[in-house]
This record gives sequence, structure tokens and C-alpha cells, in this order.
Amino acid sequence: MTALTSTQISMGQRVTAPLRRLSRDLSQRTTLKIGLAIVLGWVLVALLAPWISPYDPVYQDLTTRLAPMSWAHPMGTDNFGRDILSRVIYSARVDLQICLLGVIFPFIIGTVLGTFSGYIGGWCDAIVMRLIDIVLAFPFLVLMLAIITILGPGLSSFFIAMALVGWVSYARLVRARVLVLKQSDFVLAARSLGYSHSRIICKHLLPNVLTDAVVFSMSDVVLVLLNGAAISYLGLGVQPPVAEWGVMVTEGQGFITTAWWLTAFPGLAIVLLAVGFSFIADGLSENRGGTQ
Amino acid sequence: MSSHPLLEVERLSVSFPVTGPGLKGLFLKQKLHAVNAVSLQVEPGSVVGLVGESGSGKSTLGRAMLKLEPSCAGSITFDGLQLDNATQSDIARLRQQTAMIFQDPYSSLNPRQTLGEAIAEVLKVHRKCSAEKRASRVDELLTLTGLSGDYKSRYPKQLSGGQCQRAAIARALAIEPRLIVADECVAALDVSIQAQIVNLLLELQRKINLTLLFIAHDLSIVRRLCDRVAVMYLGRIVEEGPTESVFSHPRHPYTAALISAIPDIDPERRLPDTLLRGEPPSPLDLPDGCAFHTRCCFAREACRKGEAPELRGDGNHQYACLLEAGEAERLTDPMR
Repeated sequence: MTALTSTQISMGQRVTAPLRRLSRDLSQRTTLKIGLAIVLGWVLVALLAPWISPYDPVYQDLTTRLAPMSWAHPMGTDNFGRDILSRVIYSARVDLQICLLGVIFPFIIGTVLGTFSGYIGGWCDAIVMRLIDIVLAFPFLVLMLAIITILGPGLSSFFIAMALVGWVSYARLVRARVLVLKQSDFVLAARSLGYSHSRIICKHLLPNVLTDAVVFSMSDVVLVLLNGAAISYLGLGVQPPVAEWGVMVTEGQGFITTAWWLTAFPGLAIVLLAVGFSFIADGLSENRGGTQ
Repeated sequence: MSSHPLLEVERLSVSFPVTGPGLKGLFLKQKLHAVNAVSLQVEPGSVVGLVGESGSGKSTLGRAMLKLEPSCAGSITFDGLQLDNATQSDIARLRQQTAMIFQDPYSSLNPRQTLGEAIAEVLKVHRKCSAEKRASRVDELLTLTGLSGDYKSRYPKQLSGGQCQRAAIARALAIEPRLIVADECVAALDVSIQAQIVNLLLELQRKINLTLLFIAHDLSIVRRLCDRVAVMYLGRIVEEGPTESVFSHPRHPYTAALISAIPDIDPERRLPDTLLRGEPPSPLDLPDGCAFHTRCCFAREACRKGEAPELRGDGNHQYACLLEAGEAERLTDPMR
């Protein structure tokens, strides 16, 4: 343990400041560590899927349909005789992609619009706020479904719909923070030093706002994941036979009374990844509270 | 007095729109007059103190003088440059020669920047020195303000208030300003640290012939630091003059009250309790006549009517009070 910490410290002196902060946080924050471990675990599973999954996820063995858990099939098989474990493993690839892309576009759009609306104010703020009102006027899922139906089912439609609908929360969060920070002494100091608006935004406002947005994005990931599952469940997201946890739950629901493992294991996988992300969110916000 | 002040404001006014209380406030936009027709001159190389109680508009005046707050009337002249309809380049020129130090040292530094980054940024933006020399210049500035170069990798939250304020001063000096506006820059610090910072400012002022506008509510520091002092009450300057003259012969009852309220270690000397009664009136609804008449024990009929009294007196020591010299003498007499 001492050897580990001393290596961390000597590493910390060489690497740049954010990394040093992260390494210090990691040595202290259990929640953050657990969360990162879970998510990184899933990333590893996704990367190593071809090697660690015992079967081809779409290979149908009709002789072993709806087989319960056994040594040959640790999570049983589904109604087409496909190995559930292999399908859960391959699903991680699709679902992590959903998590990443489903969050990154709303994050970028929301942060940019929120920053401009908060910093410039006036008509710019009015336009962004009215746009937000329009999006918020519709129930989230209904709007998503409408957009996906227009664009046609599939993952790319899901990401576009996510970007069009999900930016709202980021924009509101970032705008509120920017409005507060705009009045703060260090922004006034930056103005008194004659810095340009772009410098004030990029170097002074954004670094202080992004932490909040990142913390929020970690809890938003959970929502996106569940949304992705819900959309796939409704048949508008990932199309069969591609394995995805939401799709697997949908397909298994007909057999829930006779073969519960069809829905239980992909469901558990969703829960586990979601827990990982919310642990990261908790750990990061804990860290913010502690050091501010 | 030289004929060419570094910074001069003429009848400068700053007001903020505020929403009043209740339904009426929805329709009637009120204006809060934070600064009212203030004229002030800052001579190059001098230290001018701006004192007054909270809400008297001294910070607003300081900001408006540097064009950080829009003014609604009056003119600002910096080094012969009229700043009323200032273009971008005029403002840029002002920014290159002025800097500001704030009250709360922690919040005036970006929490995500190390001290070194914050100072180097100023050097970079204002092209004060080449990229190679930047690191050594940062060390130099930190040393000048009593920190060492080791501090450049620290974040503001890792420092004490005094260290932070030194860093903020170092950042202000990086710009090589001719004028620094120090807005209550020692109010948030311990008394021992206050003394260090004040001495540091004095030393720097002599060393590099800095002009300082020192905004404060602590009169004992102002007395020690400033050549001239201007006393503000509800957005107006009520007395202005050489520090010693103002402190020894205050001509405005408000100044007199402030001076007599300076705490003293001498236990025999009790603080007077009669000079200042009540609260200052709301800046939303200024009284007629002299704004101070509601609290002034010398107020008479003439003080309650008409416009606020103009500054008068000899060129050097001015005051905005109707009291004549003989009457005002009583102000300084504690056994009145």
C-alpha cells in the first residue's frame, strides 16, 4: 500500500494538474473508485467480448431452447437457443456506445448554448430559453418517440433524438452556473485585466462550469441507458438479432413466468452499469463539495 | 497640484434599475442611484483614499471609473483620454494601464488556475514579455509581493487569505499598471496581514511610482496610506482633501462622525455615541437637501430643502456642507 501511494505521488508530480487531482481523488474516494471499477469492468468486457464469450451471440442452437442455467450455459439460453451470457457480453458493446454517444452530443450542445445564453444574455438568452421551453413542453419520451418515428427506427435516430431533446438539462444547468460566475470577482478581475470575451469564456468560465456538467452527465448516463433500453424495448432502437440489453428484456418478457433468466440477466446488467455510473457521479460531486 | 490628473471624473453618475416591491414594482421601474454626480481627480503618483460606509457607492464608483460598470452621466478622463464614447481600442488602452484588486482574495482568483498560470496569462495577453522569459517574470512578480516562485504551482484554495491577496497584487502588477484600484483589498484579512499588505502597497507605490485609488472603510488604514481622501455618503462625495487636513479638521459632520468612531486602544477614551444616529436613508428615495440631514445633529431648515449642497471650500480641501467654518469647529471638539 505504501509502495502504491508513493508511486502515485511521484507520478502525480510529473503528470499535469488535472491528472494529479484525479489521482489524489482516487486514493481517497471509495465511491468513485468502485464506480470507475464497475464501468471500466464493462469496458473491458466489451473490448474482450470475442474472446471471453463462450458462444457466438447470434448462433441459434434450436436443440437447447430455453435451457436453464448450467455449466454449459451459465445464464441459460433463450427461445432460439442462443447463449444468454454471450449475448449479455456482446450487448455491452452496444450499450456503452449508447451511453457515450447518447450523452456526449447533448453535453456539447447544452454546454455551448447554456454558456452563450448565460454570458451574452439579452436576446440570445431569450431565444435559448424559449427553445428550452418548447422542448420541455413535451413529455420527454413522447418527443423522443416522435423524432425516432420520423427518422426511422435505429440507433442513429436514437442518438439524434437524444441530442435534440437531452441538451435542455445541460443548457439550463450551465446557464445557471454561468449567470452566477459571471458576477463573481474573478470574472470581473478578468474583465479588468482586459481579457477578451472568448478568453474569459474558455479559460475562466468553462473550467469552472464543466465540473458540474460532468457530474450531471454521469447521472444522465443512467437515464440515457434506461432510455435506450426503453426505446429498444419499444422496437425503435437496436434491431434484432443484434444483442442489446433492452432488446433482450423485450424478447424475454413472453417467457417471464417459465424462463425468468431471459429477462433477469440483461436486466441485472443494466442495473450494474447504471450503478457504476451513479457511483462515479456521487464520487465526483462528493469531491467537489470537499475541495471547494 | 499638477494640471494633468491621471484619472479624472466629472459629475459621474451610476444607477441600477431595480424592481420595487409589490404590484407597483411590476410597472414602475425604479432607479437606484449608486453614484450621484461625483467629481474626483487622481493625481499621478498619489494615493487617494475613498471611504464611506457600506452602500455608499464607493465600490461602484471604483468600477465605473475603470469602465467596468456603465455610467449614466458624466465623463471619465484617463490620462487625457476621454472615455465617454470609448471605442474598443480606447478601452484596451485603459486596460493596459489599470488594474484592480478585490476584497475577497479567494474569489478574485480563478479557482482552476494556479497562481503561475494566472500571472502568466496576464503577461501573455498583454505581451509583456517573450514566452521564454515569462516563467522568470512570474517568479520575479511573486517575489516582489513577498511570495516565492515556489507558489506558482499552487491553487488559490491551497493558500491563506494573505498569500492569495499577495498573488492578486502580483497579478495586478504583471500588467505594469499606472493606476491600481484597490477595492477594500484588506477588509477580509487579519489585522496583522492587513498591515503587511498595506506596507507592501506603500512600498510598491514608492518603488514603481504607482497611483493608487484605495477604497476602504477602515479609516486608520486610509490615514496611514493615503495622500488625499474622499469621503462618500449615499453616492456623493461629501468631503475631499489632503488626508491630514481632513482628519484633523473635518468640515463635514459625517466625516467628523466617522473619524470620532475610529476605535482606539486607550480605555479612557470612550467612543462617542451621539454623533451618528439611525440608518442612512434608502438610496432609492433620497431625501431633499443634504442626504445626511436625517442623521446630522447640526441639521437646520436650509439643510432639508432644495438640491444637495455642492462641494465648496478652498481648492485643496472641499466639503459639501452648509455649516460655516466657525460652527464646524465644534465638530472636532469632543467636549462639545
